[in-house]
Amino acid sequence: MPETAGAPARHPEPKPGPVRPPNPVLELTLARIREFVREPEALFWVFVFPVLLAFALGIAFRNQAPEKLRVAVETTTPDVGRVVTLLSRSSDLQVLELSPEQAAQALRTGKVDLVVLQEPGSPYAFRYDPTRPQSRLARLRADDALERGLGRKDLVPIQEEPVSEPGARYIDFLIPGLIGLNLMGSGMWGIGFAVVQARTKKLLKRFAATPMRRSHYLLSFMLSRLVFLVPEVAALVVFGWIVFQVEVRGSLIALTVVSLLGSFTFAGLGLLLAARTKTIEAVSGWMNFVMLPMWLLSGTFFSYSRFPEFLQPAIRALPLTALNDALRAVMNEGLALSQSWLEILVLCFWAGVSFVLALRLFRWQ
Amino acid sequence: MDSAPAPDPVFLASPARADIALRCAGLVKRYADVTAVAGIDLEIRGGECFGLLGPNGAGKTTTVEMLEGLTLPDAGVVEVLGCRWGTGCDQDLRERMGIQLQETQLAEKLTVAETVRLFQSFYRQGRPVEEVIGMVELQEKQRARVGKLSSGQKQRLALACSLVCDPDLLFLDEPTTGLDPQARIKIWEVVEEFHQRGGTILLTTHYMEEAARLCDRVAIMDHGQVIALGTPNELVASLGADQVVEFHVQGALLQEPLLRLSGVKAARKKNQGYFLTVTRIGEALPALLEEIARQGARLERLTTHQATLEDVFISLTGRVLRDA
Ligand SMILES: Nc1ncnc2c1ncn2[C@@H]1O[C@H](COP(=O)(O)OP(=O)(O)O)[C@@H](O)[C@H]1O
Ligand SMILES: [Mg+2]
Repeated sequence: MPETAGAPARHPEPKPGPVRPPNPVLELTLARIREFVREPEALFWVFVFPVLLAFALGIAFRNQAPEKLRVAVETTTPDVGRVVTLLSRSSDLQVLELSPEQAAQALRTGKVDLVVLQEPGSPYAFRYDPTRPQSRLARLRADDALERGLGRKDLVPIQEEPVSEPGARYIDFLIPGLIGLNLMGSGMWGIGFAVVQARTKKLLKRFAATPMRRSHYLLSFMLSRLVFLVPEVAALVVFGWIVFQVEVRGSLIALTVVSLLGSFTFAGLGLLLAARTKTIEAVSGWMNFVMLPMWLLSGTFFSYSRFPEFLQPAIRALPLTALNDALRAVMNEGLALSQSWLEILVLCFWAGVSFVLALRLFRWQ
Repeated sequence: MDSAPAPDPVFLASPARADIALRCAGLVKRYADVTAVAGIDLEIRGGECFGLLGPNGAGKTTTVEMLEGLTLPDAGVVEVLGCRWGTGCDQDLRERMGIQLQETQLAEKLTVAETVRLFQSFYRQGRPVEEVIGMVELQEKQRARVGKLSSGQKQRLALACSLVCDPDLLFLDEPTTGLDPQARIKIWEVVEEFHQRGGTILLTTHYMEEAARLCDRVAIMDHGQVIALGTPNELVASLGADQVVEFHVQGALLQEPLLRLSGVKAARKKNQGYFLTVTRIGEALPALLEEIARQGARLERLTTHQATLEDVFISLTGRVLRDA
């Protein structure tokens, strides 16, 4: 029996017998993991930055008493004092008295949402930009406050029931989106960058000069993604839960499956972009080119339903949209995986296409 | 090899011998703007240390990488350990070959031991990691990150990675380029040890002293072709002279009369200097000094040395190896 690798071999003179080398997939995966965890910057961008972003946005957009709408009354309006008093009765409005010039400027620069003034021929006029939702809202509120103050009676009393339900807050919407975004970024950068770097450093060529199985090399990337997936997702989920009480309403298994699928999809896309690219600059460009539309369109920070109707099918076909939607279905709505079959199908499609293409196009040197 | 295609006519003419570890015939590689390798035939015997000596851009790397099965030749055939690339034995060949490429940069974040172990894992069997690291004298650096090594240490690590599979055949592409003399000597010692154990080596270099020290036979390459082939001694002997006189003068000097001096075999002018290859230095030197004085030039400096491979290259190409 040959000696084992552990045998001390201080002196090369008595040549020890051949040893049985370790498992290549394991060694390649370990190498990937070591390279990653020994890169403090990468750790920051993958684990710390998303949490900081969630924290900042969670604080910035936390549900607070709704901001008041700002209304200016021109000082030249007759009965300014009365108008101001009437408007001020509405708890939604903050009222300012401004000269016509000041009022015009404040409206132009968005400092007020609405200006109340007098035009010849009618007691009051509203000046505002109807394309701004805030202004339209201010117009309704001001109109209501004035008419009521001047004696209008409501036809039916309507009761109000304000709600603030956990699960419907911005941070609840945001956390799954950030998980999706992070899986996209780390999957694509993690693989695309590493492969192209290995190619520019001729390391791929060096590997190709060994009996290493090509599939083992690519497999090691998948496995290392699998290893990092857990802390990546967990960091945001745990943070959201502790700091903002963001719940995972569905099963953790469903969350894991969706994350895994998303992670592999972007790993495949990263591999595809890196399949032939020769320089770091080129692959960075491609990455940005592919990721930027998804940053904007895929509903990470705000709902994509705001984009025009004709864009919706295209937006929903994007892998990040599918991933975000599936994550939200699990986390926010607590739906079973089967309810997200369309999103899962979209992810499988992208994963399949990109892997097949990547393996076909891949160049070792 | 039942799956091998019909034998090539070139090889029919010289039937394979059992002791040939590596051979190629009619090897050609063209790139868009240059023919990097313009028809090369080589035979390297088992247990031989064979050197490809040539200036930068001579086509050494391209040749070696075609032999290693990493670059596809445009024409010609390669046979490694009795087998051609792409005929189903690639995997087995790779198990038996240790390769060091000219410009590989190993992962900087891994340690020396991790890197060697990674390479070891690709093979069916190999040498213990500690032993290989000991062979290249990197024991103290086992736990050091690759990024923290000096260039000589990196080069020795690359050597360790190529030795960890206990290869029969070792390819080294410019293993000592850019290293200081001490680092170079350490690498030479490792190569010599591998050679003494019976390993076959193909190395490229543009240092003639490296080729002269390590190689049993040398092929001198220039512009993608082999322009001389033989043992270092044979090549130097082909100059027909054993001394080289190199001198600089102020003022012009006619070359013609120099050739007629007794003991001078050849004369060549390079930049400001003159090179004479000389058989009988005792006769040639006084005659040369006399001739310089006769032509009215003033001698600035003069050195003589034993003829080397460098002089062979100069005499064949008119250029100096290093900065050709
Ligand atoms: N991939 C390539 N594309 C284009 N030209 C190349 C390529 N590789 C090598 N060459 C050219 O081929 C010639 C020989 O190069 P090389 O084999 O690297 O020489 P050496 O190793 O002797 O310095 C050079 O002129 C080089 O520019
Ligand atoms: Mg070279």
